[in-house]
Amino acid sequence: MFEVRIHGRGGQGVVTAAEMLSLAAFDEGRYAQAFPSFGSERMGAPVVAFCRIDDHEIRTREPVMEPDALIVQDPTLLHQVDVFGGCKPDGFILINSARSFDELGLGEFVQGFRHERLLTVPASELAREHTGRAVANAALLGGFAALTGVISLEAVERAIRERFAGAVAEGNVAAARAACVWVVAELRELSGATPA
Amino acid sequence: MPRQLEGSRAVAEAVALCRPEVICAYPISPQTHIVENLSQLVKSGELAPCEFVNVESEFAAMSASIGASATGARAYTATASQGLLYMAEALYNASGLGLPIVMTVANRAIGAPINIWNDHSDSMSQRDSGWIQLYAETNQEALDLHIQAFRLAEELSTPVMVCMDGFILTHAVERVEMPTQEQVDAFLPPFQPRQVLDPDEPITIGAMVGPEAFMEVKYLAHAKQMQALELIPEIATDFKRAFARDSGGLIRSYRTEDAETIVVALGSVLGTIKDTVDELREQGMKIGVVGIASFRPFPLDAVRAALGHAQRVLVLEKALAVGIGGIVSANVRMALTGLQLHGYTAIAGLGGRPITKTSLNALFTDAAADRLEPLTFLDLDWELVNRELKRMAGSRASGPHAENMLRDLGAVAAGPV
Repeated sequence: MFEVRIHGRGGQGVVTAAEMLSLAAFDEGRYAQAFPSFGSERMGAPVVAFCRIDDHEIRTREPVMEPDALIVQDPTLLHQVDVFGGCKPDGFILINSARSFDELGLGEFVQGFRHERLLTVPASELAREHTGRAVANAALLGGFAALTGVISLEAVERAIRERFAGAVAEGNVAAARAACVWVVAELRELSGATPA
Repeated sequence: MPRQLEGSRAVAEAVALCRPEVICAYPISPQTHIVENLSQLVKSGELAPCEFVNVESEFAAMSASIGASATGARAYTATASQGLLYMAEALYNASGLGLPIVMTVANRAIGAPINIWNDHSDSMSQRDSGWIQLYAETNQEALDLHIQAFRLAEELSTPVMVCMDGFILTHAVERVEMPTQEQVDAFLPPFQPRQVLDPDEPITIGAMVGPEAFMEVKYLAHAKQMQALELIPEIATDFKRAFARDSGGLIRSYRTEDAETIVVALGSVLGTIKDTVDELREQGMKIGVVGIASFRPFPLDAVRAALGHAQRVLVLEKALAVGIGGIVSANVRMALTGLQLHGYTAIAGLGGRPITKTSLNALFTDAAADRLEPLTFLDLDWELVNRELKRMAGSRASGPHAENMLRDLGAVAAGPV
């Protein structure tokens, strides 16, 4: 079982991100369970959504306590709520930011983590560029696909098109692709290979 | 073909496949997505003929459903929490009149303190309203139970509540098999009402009945639920034949054959419990779980047969009968009359408190070692409780509990004004 926790704020499409992630996993023939953390619905309030992915039926209904991957959609939460609760040193962390972990003040915290599994991606900027709006959820899923390999970019694209239509869908698909490319380039750099 | 759907959407589509003719509803979290989806299906013409009536309250939702059902229309509604309480008077009328309305209860806590999250306080409070109550473990079962519920309700001419955990199921996106219209049509015959209000052949429904026959009319509601004890398994068997899935029935046992400890629960927490049971089984503990799918009628014989061989029974429930403890456990005890075994009650998950595998593992381990008190409140923050009790003992004017306790927790917006 692969468990993902997504942190953001009301209005940023956090619940939709978890739903699209589950659609992408389902699309690849897997079982997936996405659910929100059931906060009072209001713009700007911290929101958590979860997605579990497995090869067989998922029975548990508890919140994701120890995520295999963490997506932080809103970096202003980093020092406000315990976004890293239960994170494992071999887990993936993807943060929506143009700044590095060190610049975000997380350098010390992530010592002992596998650094090739920690990335920031400027998903809001990519979303703004491709959709005209800084809603980063779809872009982050593109980055997630590249970082974790748990789902493919193609499945993410199909999930976005299933959830949205027309220009909104295509803009978000483009943002997801751009984030994917960005993450692939970052990973290459981290592994010391020559950037393509 | 399987689909990946939100629970509310899955239930709305399943209800639409049952061809309801009248839907009267008032939105309330966490039921809202169900009726929103249905109103869209009506508006778009996908669900036709069907009248979607926007009413001004839950009392009106049930009253209008009663009127619709009495004219011979297949009627559906959905609610939760305070909404269910608000329709309480009309619930008794629906069952007393023998009208086969089907209603989803998206289980949610009851205030005060106001709380939108899941537990079973709402439907449990109406357990004696004369409605059949079925509890869904998964979204697949929730959608399947609605198809079964219309057939059950109409065969017996009695109303049925399908209870599904609010948010945990209603807002969970997961894999479901959606039947085809042809399959549902073959399983669920058109509604043939026992009584119809028809201007061309006028009758009255709802006569005042005095002491001469009141008990007899009331007894009929009980008689129908006793018939339901036979009919529910039959319908589940028919359903399996038609749809190739196990859904519904009275109870379902998991790994109980040689179990010394058996946990009893209802609803979606059964999934988390099964995973925990698997973990404990791997460590050699002889433990199993019985899920109660039909709480009303309560299957006394089936429960006794499923639990009778155990050494101890732990009932885990998401509602609290203030002043005594368990509701489900009182019913389970009745099923076990005369048997010598340890009985424990655990109240868990009230107001959306997560029920975790870690906590369940510890609870079941304590139960198996007979280290539990008769009544346990799972993961209760005793420090928080004791601080408030101390405050109350220290001052007559200790103030409101909820605000005091939120302030203790440092929660925002709970400080003194």
